[in-house]
Amino acid sequence: MLLHLTVWFIFAYVVHWFARDLNAINFFGWPLGYYMSAQGSLIVFVVQLFLFSRQQHAIDVKFGVEEKE
Amino acid sequence: MAMKWEGKGFMESLPKIYAIYTGGFLAFFALMAVLEQFGLSARWIGILFVLFTLVVYAFIGVLSRTTAVEAYYVAGRSVPPVFNGMATAADWMSGASFVAMAGGVFMSGHPYMAFIVGWTGGYILIATLMAPYLRKFGCYTVPDFIGTRYGGRLTRFAAIVVLIVASFTYVTAQITATGTIAARAFQIPFEIGVWLGLFGILVCSMLGGMRAVTWTQVAQYIVLIIAYLIPIFWMSISQGFGFLPHLTYGSAVQRIMELEPVIGVGTAAVDSVEGLKALTTLHATPPEGALAAWQFVTLVFCMMVGTASLPHILMRYFTTPSVRDARSSVAWSLFFIFLLYFSAPALATFSKLQMIDPNLATSIIGSSIDKVMSLEWIQKWSDIGLLAIRDSNADGILQINEFFLNPDIIVLATPEMAGLPYVISGLVAAGGMAAAMSTADGLLLAMANTLSHDLYYKIIDPKAEVKRRLMTSRILLLIIGAGGAAVASLKLTGILGAVAWAFCFAMSGLFVPLVLGVWWKRANRPGALAGMIVGLGTGWWYLLAVRNPDAWYGLAKPWIGLDDIRFGVVGVTASALSMIVVTLLTPAPSEEIQRMVDDVRVPSGDTIIPSKA
Repeated sequence: MLLHLTVWFIFAYVVHWFARDLNAINFFGWPLGYYMSAQGSLIVFVVQLFLFSRQQHAIDVKFGVEEKE
Repeated sequence: MAMKWEGKGFMESLPKIYAIYTGGFLAFFALMAVLEQFGLSARWIGILFVLFTLVVYAFIGVLSRTTAVEAYYVAGRSVPPVFNGMATAADWMSGASFVAMAGGVFMSGHPYMAFIVGWTGGYILIATLMAPYLRKFGCYTVPDFIGTRYGGRLTRFAAIVVLIVASFTYVTAQITATGTIAARAFQIPFEIGVWLGLFGILVCSMLGGMRAVTWTQVAQYIVLIIAYLIPIFWMSISQGFGFLPHLTYGSAVQRIMELEPVIGVGTAAVDSVEGLKALTTLHATPPEGALAAWQFVTLVFCMMVGTASLPHILMRYFTTPSVRDARSSVAWSLFFIFLLYFSAPALATFSKLQMIDPNLATSIIGSSIDKVMSLEWIQKWSDIGLLAIRDSNADGILQINEFFLNPDIIVLATPEMAGLPYVISGLVAAGGMAAAMSTADGLLLAMANTLSHDLYYKIIDPKAEVKRRLMTSRILLLIIGAGGAAVASLKLTGILGAVAWAFCFAMSGLFVPLVLGVWWKRANRPGALAGMIVGLGTGWWYLLAVRNPDAWYGLAKPWIGLDDIRFGVVGVTASALSMIVVTLLTPAPSEEIQRMVDDVRVPSGDTIIPSKA
């Protein structure tokens, strides 16, 4: 979970702090700084949540506290 | 029609029901397109679109009405995660996301992208810190959690106050949005449009409570996402950027960056028109300096933490069947929200390019003013005062700093600018209506539920019967709705501004007590009280102080660039400090409460508050 929050922090804040510098890089046609705020960070968040939901369930099963239908 | 709105059979047939519904909506869209070819007037297309969707929502609302407590407050806790995700997405994406956000990006460029990052990243906080645990708790409302976790009527009451302040601010923004769209579609005054919008909202939420709202919100999501995406695909194809705009619009961004110096974006306007702005900010280049970067990240921070403390969103995760479903439901919500948010910058980009690129037939910058003034969409929008053209240097050619508009019209006017058939505009109006209505439904319900459940039932009259409680909730819905419409017709602030305030209020008052309530066993009642009161109080004071620099309590100038849409940073800091200090100075909570907190972190077993059938 802490790992998830770290990844979240990087893509939510750190990346955008340097948006101006990143814009010098061309990413498939986009300036990278702009791309990160328009799509990059968002994609990271979505993937992260699906992973998180699976991992938490795996942890629940491991410690025998998962919900039974 | 004898439909059961619960049980396995119903849940299994849901995909089919909504597939038929989507097909029906598309068929209606096609019918309108055909009728337009046969000469149905633009005005009627707009009216039919808005009316048709309103009737459908009301129909769903009436069919799924309920009087059972669990169904009324938490939709029987039986909503499957994917559908709950869609409902949350509709609940979440308001008039601000649909109508105002792309316009903000269009006008103000990179700094407004903070809204997009903030409004999606907040869901990480919800999933990791809140939703599963609140679901395990088994409460009906957010103050219900605060009241039970910390104990005491005063704590519950403080939570109610924060919820009402934040939600009411938010709901006026939504009613404003419905009013604007209704006014444009029906060509009636804004003040009447507001009341018409309210009527539609109330039909869905009054009768059926959470259950009716859930199923209408799913329907509204489908309408709004279709309405948002179609114009983007259309423009991308007609401007030559291919069939997959989301993968290819990078070159459109670059083209704008090339054109900007040529047409002189950034030169300040000579004239000024009240309420309208000329385009002066660069599209993709962030402003220079650390202050700009600081403002970007603080806005992201406010929107994220605000997301994680908005009661009407948290409430949606009380409706899933299990804790595991609550988690996967958050992931689905974000996926559905993402579909719209990663399209918004594309919309802003195409919309801008078609206006400024001299190679495109739709471009207006650099053409003669007489020619531009004869365009139909320019005339229509300037008639209602949302667009204006001034020939400042009197050369008869339209420069970028001579073209003034209200950012909120970009999404609504884009189809007309691109010269698409009017049926697309009707579709977009219906989508904007769906977005604003679904959010208003959720907000009104959150307020009415908390007043009837927490204030009336838990504090004023604990012996009240079920029927009476639900009746109170409905009457309150009416009163709050009318109050919201009355405030909205005063037009105090823009849509985006009001929404940002609502987020800041919610985060100032609720975020810290909610998070610490789950994660810090030692957190106790006086601490939570201090956190809520000091947090909301400080936030509110700061907002007033920044807005009125001349008043006696005013600040000469906002602290390090924290202006009125970022006041949540100040509020939440004050809230966290006071809550931690007061908690440490007072005795730890009882054994029983501490055991309760341990229980919340274990998914299996019964809910903390026993459920009543």
